[in-house]
Amino acid sequence: MSAMVEARGVTKAYGAVTVLKGVDLTVRAGEVTCLIGPSGSGKSTFLRCINHLEQHDAGELRVDGQLVGYEQRGDKLYERSLKQICGQRANIGMVFQRFNLFQHLTVLDNITIGQVKVRGTSEDKAVQRARELLHRVGLDAKEKNYPSQLSGGQQQRVAIARALAMDPKLMLFDEPTSALDPELVGEVLDVMRDLARSGMTMIVVTHEIGFAREVANSVYFLDQGVIEESGEPNQVLANPRSERLRSFLSKVL
Amino acid sequence: MGPTTPQGAHNLEVVPLRHYGRWLGVLGAVIAVAMVVHTVFSKIPSMTGQTVCRVVNGAKVCHPVMVWRFSWDVVGQFFLSREILNGLWLTLQLTAISMLVGIAIGVIVAIMRLSPNRVLSGTAWVYTWFFRGTPVIAQLAFWFNIHLIFPQLSIGIPFLPVTFLHIDTNSLFTPFLAALVGLALNEGAYMSEIVRSGLISVDEGQIEAATSIGMTRSQTLRLVILPQAMRVTIPPTGNEVISMLKTSSIASTVSVLELFGVQGLISGANYEIVPLLITASLWYIVVTTVLSIGQFYLERYFARGSLRNQPLTPIQRLRRDLGGIASKMRTPRPVMT
Repeated sequence: MSAMVEARGVTKAYGAVTVLKGVDLTVRAGEVTCLIGPSGSGKSTFLRCINHLEQHDAGELRVDGQLVGYEQRGDKLYERSLKQICGQRANIGMVFQRFNLFQHLTVLDNITIGQVKVRGTSEDKAVQRARELLHRVGLDAKEKNYPSQLSGGQQQRVAIARALAMDPKLMLFDEPTSALDPELVGEVLDVMRDLARSGMTMIVVTHEIGFAREVANSVYFLDQGVIEESGEPNQVLANPRSERLRSFLSKVL
Repeated sequence: MGPTTPQGAHNLEVVPLRHYGRWLGVLGAVIAVAMVVHTVFSKIPSMTGQTVCRVVNGAKVCHPVMVWRFSWDVVGQFFLSREILNGLWLTLQLTAISMLVGIAIGVIVAIMRLSPNRVLSGTAWVYTWFFRGTPVIAQLAFWFNIHLIFPQLSIGIPFLPVTFLHIDTNSLFTPFLAALVGLALNEGAYMSEIVRSGLISVDEGQIEAATSIGMTRSQTLRLVILPQAMRVTIPPTGNEVISMLKTSSIASTVSVLELFGVQGLISGANYEIVPLLITASLWYIVVTTVLSIGQFYLERYFARGSLRNQPLTPIQRLRRDLGGIASKMRTPRPVMT
């Protein structure tokens, strides 16, 4: 299978602080990859580089064979136009820790706005698709509600539906359950599990080690901007080789 | 409203807290209001010293003529007069047009101010700095006298001696236009700060979410940021509209006969200074009241989604209060059972 995401030596610094120090990672189409690691290790930054919300400073980052943010012609890299970058982003769904639903729009409008304004889908088709997705995440009855009227778990499921409405090739999850009350975590993980089963390519930054063990095809442990350990979940999570991963797992489990 | 049903384990009567201090305050307020109303609608002997005499039981009795202290009869005479209404119409035009242009300028300047490009944000900063830093009355006088600096306006290519069109400045800049330009440019500076505060109040996560589904910068701004900034922007903008209604009276200094200018013109001729000031002020209050009502409903509209429960309209609140009183009257006081 071809690589959906290919990272080689991805580096990113904020001023004097280097957050990513050469990250290598490969995600094949249809695979679920979990990124784990202590806070401040660069997991979220790396995820945001994949859809160019952050610009990486050095290294090669490809999504579906295309360089993110740049185009290679001969031996030069040309910065892509904003429009091209928007086009690349539209194919990558992203789910945020704090949901970030559009507060001024109803649940239905949250899911249709991208289809209509970015993809140019007709209003009718967009609504139809939105209703399918709401059914899929188990929120048929909530389409007329505003985000502030929903629980955190419900908001996050709407956020997943909003991302899926763009028919992405890849879904990025940035700690999707970290802002939720413990009893609401399950409903979001159920939706994600279902999504993984349907063959979606997913990269999930998470502290849910149980989810990683059960669903992920591969797990990467990121510490201080470096991939410290990676491999199949039962190998990485059950038999950690490095001392760092061992101490990290003992804290989160 | 206190509890209306017996509470506690033994169904004891509930005695509401008596607010004695508050009652004293209410009494004071009622007396003060009554005094004001009484003075406003009182009559005094005419200052002209005129008297009216009647014959009572064969004797002639004279009283001084009594007139309204606040000359309400004169106010009534001018309130709906053609001159005052024309002035009011001009005031409304000045307010509406300069606010619309001011808001448009404000949005553009606010967006420029937040641009990552230093030249754009710097230009915006200088604009706000200049127009907020000088008095409106001076700005209006400046535009009124613009022909002294630019006798001719021409359209051509900048920095080259090529021109296509010449206009005599004096004929273009009528007093009304001078006032309009002055008020609008000044308002643009204030509005830009209001819009900017609205824009930066929108959570950064909203921008990231919009970006992540592939929206361009301009789509993000139009579809996500501006609509949400509205909620924060509307109350101070309403304030600006109301302020502009009255600030537009400065146009009278550049010989625009709007409401304030007209009342001055009339009282200059008939010396009824106080009644005409009252006439103009009453109109300002009437329009302000109407604008405040409009603002309330506009705020309510843009608060949708951000509040779980919409605030009640005054009519709904009145209905609730009346209903509350009625039900209180119907329900007997709770007693120990």
